[in-house]
Amino acid sequence: MPSQIVDDYFRTNSLPHIWCPGCGNGIVTRSIVKAIDNLKLDRDKICIVSGIGCSSRASGYLDFNTLHTTHGRALAFATGIKMANPNLDVIVITGDGDSAAIGGNHLIHAARRNIDITTIVYNNNIYGMTGGQYSPTTPRGDKGTTAPYGNIDTQFDLCDLTTSAGATYVGRSTVFNPKLIVKLIEEGIKNKGFSFIETVTICPTYYGRKNKKGNAVDMMKFLRDQSISINAAKKLDEDKLKGKIIVGELHKSIRPEYTEEYKRLVNSF
Amino acid sequence: MVQRELRLSGSGGQGLILAGIILAEAALSDGKHVVQSQSYGPEARGGASKAEVIISEKEINYPKVRNCDVLLALTQVACDKYIDSLKKGGSLIIDSSVRNKPNREDIYIYTIPILETAENVLNRPMVANMIALGSLNGLIKVVDKVELEKAVLNRVPKGTETINKAALEEGFKLITRYEGVDNEGQYRPNKINTTEFCQA
Amino acid sequence: MKRGNIKLMQGNEACVEGAIAAGMRFYSGYPITPSTEIAEISAAKLPRIGGKFIQMEDEIASIGAVIGASLTGLKSMTATSGPGFSLKQENIGYAAMAEVPCVIVDVQRGGPSTGLPTSPAQGDVMQARWGTHGDHPIIALSPYSVKETYEITIEAFNLSERYRTPVIILMDEVIAHMREKIEIPDENEIEIVDRLKPKDKAEDYNPYEINDGDLVPAMASFGEGYRYHVTGLVHDINGFPTNDSKIAESLINRLTKKVEENTQDIVKYDEYFLEDAEIALIAYGGTARSVKSAVDMARKENIKVGMFRPITIWPSPEKQILELAKTVKKIIVVEMNLGQYYLEVDRIAKKSTDVYKYGRVNGELITPDEILSYIKEV
Repeated sequence: MPSQIVDDYFRTNSLPHIWCPGCGNGIVTRSIVKAIDNLKLDRDKICIVSGIGCSSRASGYLDFNTLHTTHGRALAFATGIKMANPNLDVIVITGDGDSAAIGGNHLIHAARRNIDITTIVYNNNIYGMTGGQYSPTTPRGDKGTTAPYGNIDTQFDLCDLTTSAGATYVGRSTVFNPKLIVKLIEEGIKNKGFSFIETVTICPTYYGRKNKKGNAVDMMKFLRDQSISINAAKKLDEDKLKGKIIVGELHKSIRPEYTEEYKRLVNSF
Repeated sequence: MVQRELRLSGSGGQGLILAGIILAEAALSDGKHVVQSQSYGPEARGGASKAEVIISEKEINYPKVRNCDVLLALTQVACDKYIDSLKKGGSLIIDSSVRNKPNREDIYIYTIPILETAENVLNRPMVANMIALGSLNGLIKVVDKVELEKAVLNRVPKGTETINKAALEEGFKLITRYEGVDNEGQYRPNKINTTEFCQA
Repeated sequence: MKRGNIKLMQGNEACVEGAIAAGMRFYSGYPITPSTEIAEISAAKLPRIGGKFIQMEDEIASIGAVIGASLTGLKSMTATSGPGFSLKQENIGYAAMAEVPCVIVDVQRGGPSTGLPTSPAQGDVMQARWGTHGDHPIIALSPYSVKETYEITIEAFNLSERYRTPVIILMDEVIAHMREKIEIPDENEIEIVDRLKPKDKAEDYNPYEINDGDLVPAMASFGEGYRYHVTGLVHDINGFPTNDSKIAESLINRLTKKVEENTQDIVKYDEYFLEDAEIALIAYGGTARSVKSAVDMARKENIKVGMFRPITIWPSPEKQILELAKTVKKIIVVEMNLGQYYLEVDRIAKKSTDVYKYGRVNGELITPDEILSYIKEV
């Protein structure tokens, strides 16, 4: 028996979802819907745009205007939607490979424009859909099928990246703390500008197994133990923060929003 | 006149493409068929650049200059580069700054101080293209003088109408003073057959 | 015709004017020679007529934004040249698969790679047909004058809306950058086609369901209350992904049939001195102008040649080319490449006549004189 919120906002006829047992993606997806429900938004005006990957399948399960695009390009399509009809609430669902590797250019430019789109990254530190290759967020030394001897790449901090690129709301949570995810998404949607929410999720099937992280419960415990709030983190020195996941509202700023600027330009004629 | 093929050449930034467009617009208003094109790219940045205009009494298919009737060259580089494309019996208008005259005896050469007039008479180097346009049309009378003036005024920035009009007139005077053009600006191709000149 | 409607205009400018007349209200693009004027003029005009312009971060983003905008109901266009056209291909396939109307202009230049960026070519004919992966329909149109660029751009939007498919305008640098006369028709003289909208209630709407005897589903816009799913995956009539092989086959077949079974409506062409021709020259775009001059020159020498000019490149005017092949002794395909459309013409005509090709890839428009020489040689 699905819960009321699932019944209300999911396309139950498109379920069951394709995610593996123990996957954290369901928690993030439910949190998105919870945030929308809390904000009492007009669902006919909500567009969920996703790319390609495990996370991006979420759009098909949700009962809004939903667009499942090509790999990496969700933000490009979403920008077209928001620009064409600024009355729509545009939410992008993407993964770490989708947003940070193949779609990295769109991510930094959407942030630079400060276009009013809320982007939620399901960061599972791996390419799940294709079977466990290392991604731009795979920690150095960890394994993937394409990093059989350990990853020699440096991990991307997507929150730092989008903050630097100009996003006006940036936050991070983990699937161990869905309440915080809901809060961040609510604030992100309310922010008139580009909002970026990183949700650290778990992939027991590929990332977990490859790196001997135990089962889903062990991985959740790891998230619990490694998370530290931004306020607590401020009091610690860099050494003690090593390996920690800093969560909370990481950045807020006020800058002109792109579609508003376009409107201002048109009104100036 | 059945068809005239003109090439305006110089260096990038001299405004010859605009001159070509204005000439084409004047020809259009004059009820003629016209095609205007230009070279782009590295050629248009500093080096030799060109604009082409074909004016015809019938529909123009092939849009590029094949038998150049008149070549205007404001620089030595442009003159050297395009001189071979000028047809036998064609006319070359060169700026007096072009030192090395082409070694061709089968063409008419008109040397006039276009750049100098812009700089020292009108005190506006920018209007060299309008002087050139006045000279060019003064020579071949390919479009009605009134239409050309209208086309110029239609294109130039507000506030520069007077100087551009003056430049056009100055160019016209420069070419009419030249031997081979009479007082009314009538070109007298006394050595060549006009039907050959006006290539079909 | 009112005098004010007669103008000297560049091909790229006529493309924007045609697009706006057709109802284009969204443009996203990325600068690339020789198409850039299309973006520049759109940037100047669209904000003043209630439209949207955005310069995106790259070629891929430009076509992505176009598809997104079209889903909200705005007629949308992007323009590029060969290298950018290659980058857009994946999403052109997406638009074909998800049936999102949009117009993509490719102003062809010399290639491959960066090639001759400022020189004309017609090397993207096959890319337009087969550039994206998988089987899919495509419509590609090629204008040969400034006036026709205006008309064809309107036609491109109309076809795109009628058949819910991406439409490509295959221009070349010759037409894009030359200026010539154009008469802008009055608004009420222009036929405008808009996409079919659903009549069903939102809860009964299946985004990819077609009526009996029809091949194109009705399209709701995002934000209108029809909450539906769009994907590039193979999908059922409800829009949701499926691996069902029967559904996959029937979907791809329907997409293909949408264009194939409507070629009569889609295909446009022009003929010049073909009545008694013994040799037919086939050419399109800028090259057709040289060929037309060459035909005039040849006729003066009593050589019986004519020109067949496909305006619709894809789907090719197969029926007309086949009929032509039966009446002439020889066909010569003239194009600014080493024989791309030749392959299509040869496929259609080779059983009925000899097909020759004349192509150049030196960055210059083929001249009438060299075509005439080749006619004599053949």
